Amino acid sequence: MADAEEPEKKRRRIEDLTEKMAVESGHRDGGCYWEGRWNHVRKFLERPGPFTHPDFEPSTESLQFLLETCKILVIGAGGLGCELLKNLALSGFRLIHVVDMDTIDVSNLNRQFLFRPKDVGRPKAEVAADFINRRIPGCKVVPHFKKIQDFDESFYRQFHIIVCGLDSIVARRWINGMLISLLGYEDGVLDPSSIIPLIDGGTEGFKGNARVILPGMTACIDCTLELYPPQINFPMCTIASMPRLPEHCVEYARILQWPKEQPFGDTSLDGDNPEHIQWVFERSQERAAEFHITGITYRLTQGVVKRIIPAVASTNAVIAAACATEVFKIATSAYIPLNNYLVFNDVDGLYTYTFEAERKENCTACSQVPQDLQFPPSAKLQEVLEYLTENASLQMKSPAITTTLEGKNKTLYLQSVKSIEERTRPNLCKTLKELGLSDGQEIAVADVTTPQTVLFKINFTA
Amino acid sequence: MAATKDSKEQKYDRQLRLWGDHGQEALENAHVCLINATATGTEILKNLVLPGIGAFTIVDGHIVSGEDAGNNFFLSSDSIGKNRAQAATELLQELNSDVSGNFVEESPDKLLDNDPEFFHRFTIVIGVQLPESTCLRLGMVLWSASVPFLICKAYGLIGYMRLMVQEHTVIESHPDNALEDLRLDRPFDEFKSHIKSYNLSIMDKKDHSHTPWVIIVAKYLERWLSEHDGQPPKNYKEKEAFRQIIREGILKNENGGLEDEENFEEAIKNVNTALNPTKVPTSVEDLFNSEQCNNITAQSSSFWVMLRAVKEFVYNEGSGSLPVRGSIPDMIADSQKFINLQNVYREKAMQDAAAVSKHVESLLQSVGKPPESISEKDIKLFCKNSSFLRVVRCRSLAEEYSVDSINKDEISGLDCCCFRFFSYLI
Repeated sequence: MADAEEPEKKRRRIEDLTEKMAVESGHRDGGCYWEGRWNHVRKFLERPGPFTHPDFEPSTESLQFLLETCKILVIGAGGLGCELLKNLALSGFRLIHVVDMDTIDVSNLNRQFLFRPKDVGRPKAEVAADFINRRIPGCKVVPHFKKIQDFDESFYRQFHIIVCGLDSIVARRWINGMLISLLGYEDGVLDPSSIIPLIDGGTEGFKGNARVILPGMTACIDCTLELYPPQINFPMCTIASMPRLPEHCVEYARILQWPKEQPFGDTSLDGDNPEHIQWVFERSQERAAEFHITGITYRLTQGVVKRIIPAVASTNAVIAAACATEVFKIATSAYIPLNNYLVFNDVDGLYTYTFEAERKENCTACSQVPQDLQFPPSAKLQEVLEYLTENASLQMKSPAITTTLEGKNKTLYLQSVKSIEERTRPNLCKTLKELGLSDGQEIAVADVTTPQTVLFKINFTA
Repeated sequence: MAATKDSKEQKYDRQLRLWGDHGQEALENAHVCLINATATGTEILKNLVLPGIGAFTIVDGHIVSGEDAGNNFFLSSDSIGKNRAQAATELLQELNSDVSGNFVEESPDKLLDNDPEFFHRFTIVIGVQLPESTCLRLGMVLWSASVPFLICKAYGLIGYMRLMVQEHTVIESHPDNALEDLRLDRPFDEFKSHIKSYNLSIMDKKDHSHTPWVIIVAKYLERWLSEHDGQPPKNYKEKEAFRQIIREGILKNENGGLEDEENFEEAIKNVNTALNPTKVPTSVEDLFNSEQCNNITAQSSSFWVMLRAVKEFVYNEGSGSLPVRGSIPDMIADSQKFINLQNVYREKAMQDAAAVSKHVESLLQSVGKPPESISEKDIKLFCKNSSFLRVVRCRSLAEEYSVDSINKDEISGLDCCCFRFFSYLI
């Protein structure tokens, strides 16, 4: 049968077919290719559409980029982390690293679906990576059973996008600070290739949020620090002498009785040890009985000791889905990303809205503006310390303050090392003048909330 | 294989703190039906299986394709060629051994042809990626059987959900920011005599600084009412004056400066909300006025019987108010004063619940049902939550798609050139 096609057309047809086969067969590694596997993802990337990014050009290269090149870091392998890993793996991402410092607890099993009862006690990152790599052939999740602070810039620099499912604001601020420290400036202009997008998700019960952060360009974690509600701690006098709620009785047992009675020897209270919780529960009941307070339960006791936040599968699924979608949009440039903060609440019906969080002009983390502090020379160092911890935009945890005096580096106060804390404690009662500080003096402050020291300038007031 | 109650308490701890033991019980008594084990469908089921839904049944006549296995966490390449309902059930069941997973290898259209009553057994039916015709047919069956129907579709980055439920009553809605029920504007007798037991002017300093703010506001309000013809502070100016009077009640030290009385600061801060008039929320009033409340029959659910009983209470013993909730917020006070005040509200709440109980009994008797068919425990819970009761009603699919109910005028108006209206064939 004569070939009716023109040679040129035929050549082009064969080229197209070969290209298609190359794209698909390039992934014929170890039986993880099958016909139609990536059809759903291809529909996003290989055809034009009415909702795509204005600069989007359909191509087969996007899928290749996801499968072979794009490197994603997932921070946290818990409620959000498990969902994120599933979503990213099914979207075509294969080079994924996951960091988590925790081990699996039975109370995780109601939502962290990569874990089973037999996994209790094992590192989350490792079990999660294992599960995903087995369920999604070709996916290569690399686990790290470590704290995020165990890594330096060289680790974080390798990723195209970082997505977080963390359970602490301190940790969020730390990674936020780390990515800001990676930014490069040339003649005061931000080098776009130094930006690593940070997608951050958080959940609590039926509420959650997801945000897209482009460090150096959009609002960062510290820009919107005041959005986080302050943690509730009961006043000491209530706990010590006039309890009214069952919670006050639990705090009494935890804060006052435990250190005094040391029921299990010189060990600190471990919220995950049922024996410890049982002891606190019984002491709380005694105290409650003394004051005619009702309502002490084991569940309440544990909730207070561990500061438990309620959690459920569905909220984590929603927020992780939103985050993974943003990772996909940014990695492929196929759709317009969230700009930049999504709020979700399904306590009553379903409510969600998005808004553009604004950068703070003098943000301590990302504005590069030196922070000015005003204090009279007669102010005690204690006041400076309190300002650093209590100010709503700073909210430091245990700042270490150093300065340069007579050309030498001097530690004014540091809490985290016992011997240094004892040595520098008297400085807290000394005035700034007594300590030798002058008007306009720079102090460097280190804290868990940031990987880099923050510089402040102390201006003397009258 | 049966999990012990203890191990379930541990596993479900984080969610029990949201919906409590009642919620968990309801979940464990539920049997959910999913039609079509697509990625959307299995994702929905995952979030029900993990928290311990009693049982699920997947109805799906499709065979797993390569495409399916590529985007669905609950299908693997081994599933290709198998029935999709069966394959997905295996991997979903594996998530939680407390749950009972089932599958039916059949299309919903076939089931509607041969055995529509199959769907009557479910607590809710979830239909994913169903064509309109199937939705309408199934919608009719489920509506007449009073089985809720959740319709879901996902296409690219667009998702759609439509809930069809005739009537869903909620007693424990766990509201986020509930207003307190302190009755300062209409103090009940026991509260009045409790306030009488306090004499702020002769108290020693310690007692004075540890008197609950509710007592302080109540005392000063009594004085204000006697001086203002029984009228409480109404506008900003009067409330400010009221706050000032309370401020003047703060003890002074030897130098004439003010003592640090945090309870008085609390009182001043709470004046605004404390003076809110006690009234039945409009949402509850609407429920009182509904057909189901006014027409109690032997078929009425316990929700409506109890609601009617509460309504009777409101119009009689309650003098226009709902039963007292019985809980008070924490406030600066010594333990004894706080507990005593709390007990005043608790006891009143018990009294009111008992009165509501009597109405429940007579209602049940009037329709020939034994008075024990609704427990004291349930009545107490209902009374405690009476401000937060919710009823959700959605119209049927048939009504939504009916030619009579469409908004013809609005739709034809969209034809005008001043509207930018894009439509895409999906």
